[in-house]
Amino acid sequence: MTDARRPSPHPRPPAAAEGSEAPRARGPRRRSFLGWVLAGPTLAVAAPLFAAGARDEPAGAAIPSLPEPSDLFDLGDLQDLAALPTSNLITVEIRQDGTAAFALPRTEVGQGITTSTAMLIAEELDLPLDRVEVTLADARPELLFNQLTGGSNTTRSTYDAIRGAAALARARLMDAAAQEWGVGRAQLSTSAGVVHGPSGRRATYASLTTKAASSTIVRTQVTLKPATEFRVIGRPHNRVDALAAVTGRKQYTLDLQVPGALPTMICRPPTINGTPKSVRNRAAVLAMPGVTDVAPISTGVAVRARTFGQCIDAVRALDVEWNPGTEDGKSDDDVLAELREAELPLLVPSLPLLATTVEGSFTFRFRSNSPLETGSAIADVRPDGIEVWSCLKVPIAFTQQVAQKYGLPVDRVKVHVTQGGGSFGRHLFSDAALEAVEASKAFGKPVKLMWHRTDDFRQGRTHPMATSRVRATYFAGNVLTYEQRHTSVSTDFRHGLGEMLTAMAAKLPDGDYSFAQSIFMLTSNVSYDYGVTTQLLNEVDGGFNTGSMRNIYSPDVCTAQELITDQLAKAAGLNPYTFRRNFVKDARGRAVLDKVAQVGNWGRSMAAGTAQGIALHSEYKGWSACLVEIDCRPATVNREVSDAWTGPRVTKAVFAVDVGLVINPTGLTAQMQGGIMDGIAQALTSSLHLKDGAFLEGSWDNYFYTRQWNVPPDVQVIVMPSTSDRPGGAGEFGVAASMAAVACAYARATGQVPTEFPINHSQPLGFDPLPTVPPIPASPTDGLEHVY
Amino acid sequence: MPTQTFILNGRRVSVDVEDDVRLLWVLRDLLGVTGPKYGCGLEVCKACTSHINGKAFNPCSVPVGDVQSTDEITTIEGLPATVGRDLHPMQEAWLEVDVPQCGYCQPGQIMAAVAKVRQKGGALTDADFDEIRNICRCGTYARIREAINAGAANM
Repeated sequence: MTDARRPSPHPRPPAAAEGSEAPRARGPRRRSFLGWVLAGPTLAVAAPLFAAGARDEPAGAAIPSLPEPSDLFDLGDLQDLAALPTSNLITVEIRQDGTAAFALPRTEVGQGITTSTAMLIAEELDLPLDRVEVTLADARPELLFNQLTGGSNTTRSTYDAIRGAAALARARLMDAAAQEWGVGRAQLSTSAGVVHGPSGRRATYASLTTKAASSTIVRTQVTLKPATEFRVIGRPHNRVDALAAVTGRKQYTLDLQVPGALPTMICRPPTINGTPKSVRNRAAVLAMPGVTDVAPISTGVAVRARTFGQCIDAVRALDVEWNPGTEDGKSDDDVLAELREAELPLLVPSLPLLATTVEGSFTFRFRSNSPLETGSAIADVRPDGIEVWSCLKVPIAFTQQVAQKYGLPVDRVKVHVTQGGGSFGRHLFSDAALEAVEASKAFGKPVKLMWHRTDDFRQGRTHPMATSRVRATYFAGNVLTYEQRHTSVSTDFRHGLGEMLTAMAAKLPDGDYSFAQSIFMLTSNVSYDYGVTTQLLNEVDGGFNTGSMRNIYSPDVCTAQELITDQLAKAAGLNPYTFRRNFVKDARGRAVLDKVAQVGNWGRSMAAGTAQGIALHSEYKGWSACLVEIDCRPATVNREVSDAWTGPRVTKAVFAVDVGLVINPTGLTAQMQGGIMDGIAQALTSSLHLKDGAFLEGSWDNYFYTRQWNVPPDVQVIVMPSTSDRPGGAGEFGVAASMAAVACAYARATGQVPTEFPINHSQPLGFDPLPTVPPIPASPTDGLEHVY
Repeated sequence: MPTQTFILNGRRVSVDVEDDVRLLWVLRDLLGVTGPKYGCGLEVCKACTSHINGKAFNPCSVPVGDVQSTDEITTIEGLPATVGRDLHPMQEAWLEVDVPQCGYCQPGQIMAAVAKVRQKGGALTDADFDEIRNICRCGTYARIREAINAGAANM
């Protein structure tokens, strides 16, 4: 079987991403950058306008209208492209103490980008990692699209510009030393924050930064390090914020002390997106201990008090008349019926009579992307301006929205981006920050707003319910056709990605596609040579608060694809590993597959009721494979843990990942481990149940995300050697192959191909739902009975 | 308004607040001790796990009026002092294994780990891990397991 080579009109010179030969690292490549030394008392440099030289792809390259556009140009490429014109505004400063400072126009929510960014700067500057300080930039409207964190794209889109700026700074420091000593720059070298010259002369960056500074803006040129000289990139580094995290010193939004910003919470409606009509007992609630303010806002009734505990009591005491919500009366089955009605037809061409047709229809239930830190924001609305602190992944869109809504110039809205306690898609939206602004405006006082956990599950963003129908035909050793029709409750893209798509419309796949369809085409593909391949999306029902959840479509699309692949393997009389190996499109895919098969001991003899599953996924210019072992025997499935869902247990997970160029293997491993935990949850345990216009889940003992009792005792992640000189994506990459491998293992262990995910969704509820009025439960009082 | 008195991280504190306000909010909103995190307020997620007289508990579920003036409350901020060092061995193990991702649950995870290891008298078994209910939404569980038993060896 040969790889189908497609001529790429969108060349990506250094990458071995498309139709590549055996994985291998590319040789050194020297790249020139043009940049600027900014005016200032100490050295500050701006990275090149275009990263030209590093990205010699022609502007305006057309995107082919092929069945699988994401092979050639994916969502990350679109984001890369959108980020290019403003990359010059990324600046690195060398401070008086010789440390480097960089304000990253991206949002850290646990994915490790402050660490990987510090590594890029340390590499090009020859400065120890602990002398590089990376903070999060405030919202910078002038950056246009270049301040959106999502799509596993941060490293891909900033790799050149950040290294370029750091390299410029180093060159400028060397120039300052060269001038001082009257020697040529070629005679100088740098290490660990020191410039070394002839006859043992040395000067620290601290001593040079003032001399290297400029009183005017100077255009300059620099050459980047070749990969062969990397000493930081590609080596394992622990997180730069780990000490702060383990000592409790790391600050999240709610930990900030802003004068006068008292705790504020919202009393929310009993059904999704209901709105307040009237408050019947405002005076009584205002008289409660600690309560300072009560006022309706668009999403509910806001209360402000001395403590959050008193806010909770006040929310529970409020007697509110509600207008209906957007999904009143609807339950899971109603939404599923809407999806079924909207499913696009499968259109297999006529085939030889002897062909085997393999078909499947899979349902993926609503899932909450809830991070552990609930929605939170601090807002101070004054007549002359608005100041906000919140974890926002699209802070520019939020800033513009607030400025427009309150009739202020954009520069009167100051938005500080805080580090987040997880995101998983949630912080692409600014829901809590918009509410905080509204409440502060209503009260005329600063507020520190926090969502209650129960609200976070019930009114917060959810991954949309979806179905995926697949039909494939197998004949005489070949898969002739593969059709996939994904039908989903509408995904909300009104967070900035939509605007990016509009601006980049000329770069999108040809055809009259919606935002969602375009994103589907930019992220979805088939990992195998399956002949005539089509993947299409249709959407219904815009009444839910939706969003991505550590990826948008891929985990579901991949799970359906891999379950069908196992059935095709059966039709071909091959085992799932061998079949995949024969049909995989790319040598890099074959390499990760071989790796998990070898490390995971594929094909070993397993007891009845237990089995291995194997799955493959490609996205973000990378390849990943996962092998799991699952135990579906009654003794395991019926294991008792109080207030918990146990069920089938994944006992082992082996994951191999090839992201092109590896920046930090430690961080990459962590992301894949987390992806495995999400994949297990999405396949086996975690979903939201819709009943009469409201979700039933209201606590972490209702919404069964992976807990210690579900964790595989054996988890191994293998980071493949770099196969490119450009980084791919990591944040969401671990989920799809893991979820698919668990589904395939479950099917093999039980002999039943699951058609619904998570597999426990239609079993009797594993909890007693909390009431919807009052919207949040009382705080427990029995904590001292459970000490250990 | 009653005055509440207890020992917090080795120092006696007094604060004027109603008896029924849960200790978590007294710590976070009134005393500015923000290591214990809010993740649910329902004694489920365990992000606020701290110690009372050396044992793990969840201050989100304890009215401050139930705390005695002699009770010693230890949050993550006060954990190192309980062993007279800059970092507790469990925190050192956490750093060694590079456990945190977003970090939000980690103060609670560490406080739970220290108490569970003390309760079991050493390294944890698979069954013992089932008793740790703390949520980590980033999915750092595999590293938490590794770090707990590494830390237990040095406690």
